[in-house]
Amino acid sequence: MTKNIYVARSSRIAARKLGEEMLVMSARDSTLFTLNATATILWQAADGATPLREIVEKKICPEFEVEEEQAQRDAQSLAEELASHGILLISQEPISNPAREPVQV
Amino acid sequence: MSKLLQEMGDRALQLGVPLSAHIDLTYRCNEQCVHCYLDHHDHGEMTTTEIKRLLKEMAEAGVFILTLSGGEIFLRKDFFEILECARELTFCIKLKTNAVLIRQAQAKRLRDLGVESVQVSIYSHRPEVHDAVTKVPGSLRRSIEGIRFLKSQGMKVIIANVLMTKNADDIHGVHDLAAELGVESTLDPTVSPMMDGDRSILNLNAGDAALHKLFRDPSLIGNAEEFCVPPPAPTPDSMDSLPCSAGHTGCYVSPYGELYPCVAFPLSCGNVRQQRFIDIWRNSEQLKEVRSIRLRDLSGCSQCVHGATCTRCPGMAFLEGNMRGPSTADCQKSYARTGIPSANLQAKKEVPASGRLIQIQLVPGFTGTRLGHPATLPVQ
Repeated sequence: MTKNIYVARSSRIAARKLGEEMLVMSARDSTLFTLNATATILWQAADGATPLREIVEKKICPEFEVEEEQAQRDAQSLAEELASHGILLISQEPISNPAREPVQV
Repeated sequence: MSKLLQEMGDRALQLGVPLSAHIDLTYRCNEQCVHCYLDHHDHGEMTTTEIKRLLKEMAEAGVFILTLSGGEIFLRKDFFEILECARELTFCIKLKTNAVLIRQAQAKRLRDLGVESVQVSIYSHRPEVHDAVTKVPGSLRRSIEGIRFLKSQGMKVIIANVLMTKNADDIHGVHDLAAELGVESTLDPTVSPMMDGDRSILNLNAGDAALHKLFRDPSLIGNAEEFCVPPPAPTPDSMDSLPCSAGHTGCYVSPYGELYPCVAFPLSCGNVRQQRFIDIWRNSEQLKEVRSIRLRDLSGCSQCVHGATCTRCPGMAFLEGNMRGPSTADCQKSYARTGIPSANLQAKKEVPASGRLIQIQLVPGFTGTRLGHPATLPVQ
């Protein structure tokens, strides 16, 4: 059973859809990422108010033939990976205002 | 450029997406640089509302990397309002400025808005040289202070220098200044003609001896033997190659709304005040013509030994009178680098006196990472 978490896009990113992929650049260190179609759905739905479980259930599972519990685990793993790069925020509570990151000098 | 960004550029080319755009918000400036190619008078800049509408149209068209430049961008009183709008539309923002008007408050605001990088023009580490180029006493001190404010906020800063006779002895001084400030630096050995075609400022170019020395300086270009190696013969693939991204995945918009393939390629393709950005991008006859040009179509260049490796600028060729012709300044550059004259120079029986050179990037740019691709979630 995965935890019920909330996810929100960082305010310090640049992003644009290019074909089926999403280009995301972190303003923190200018690292460029591309998200595939699945990751793009998760990322676009990461509004800080919708629980990750609901995103998987309503946005991802209907699009792909996948067993829901597996999808939930994979989505949490993906969210954690995006968060480790600073482009997604994760919280146990709804995220109303994506926090500013500390100054990196 | 990272491999990933190159891949995205290739994808954008396939999809017909303008991945990058450059907007000059104003041509007005608080410096009067001797080599500047712009007319600094205001002939009717786009309003805040017009620029915001343009930004929305660019975002919808797929523009990802947006360069905001001038003139001096901080002379626009609505600059931060424009920048906030651009960031709400999630552009990757690059700024070009002289940083004279950047103090702590501006630097913090740029940082809070998630600007990707700020390029600052510095022409010498010596005030008497830099200030003589800008014609503004104290400008070097102010620019360096601006850079320090940006660095104190953790911003990525790039010093941009232009090689001229006036500062040819200060290249390493600027390089060392960048290192001391903890920022990247680039050197453009190019003085471009005025946008109206006036070529008189080209006499500021540094000249053969300085260029020859520059091209063989390992601290600036890396391995000089590799850099100056004679060009390989053009292949059938290279004959079908594109000259650069101008008009293909990138474009430029002037403060008056004129859309060009590139800031260095002043071929008017339409005006965003009269037409939607995407309509110009897709339907402009001028852009279609630019996009149709391949190396095999170029008179002279297609038979030139430098054809496959030349950094021929189509904008410079256009300013010489023929976008399908050679850019003599780039011919001179190839000659200075390799010692082998181009077909164009041989035909003209010209001995190069000065050259338009490639921009030398001293420090690598973006890094890139793919995410989600190895995930176990099924990929459609």
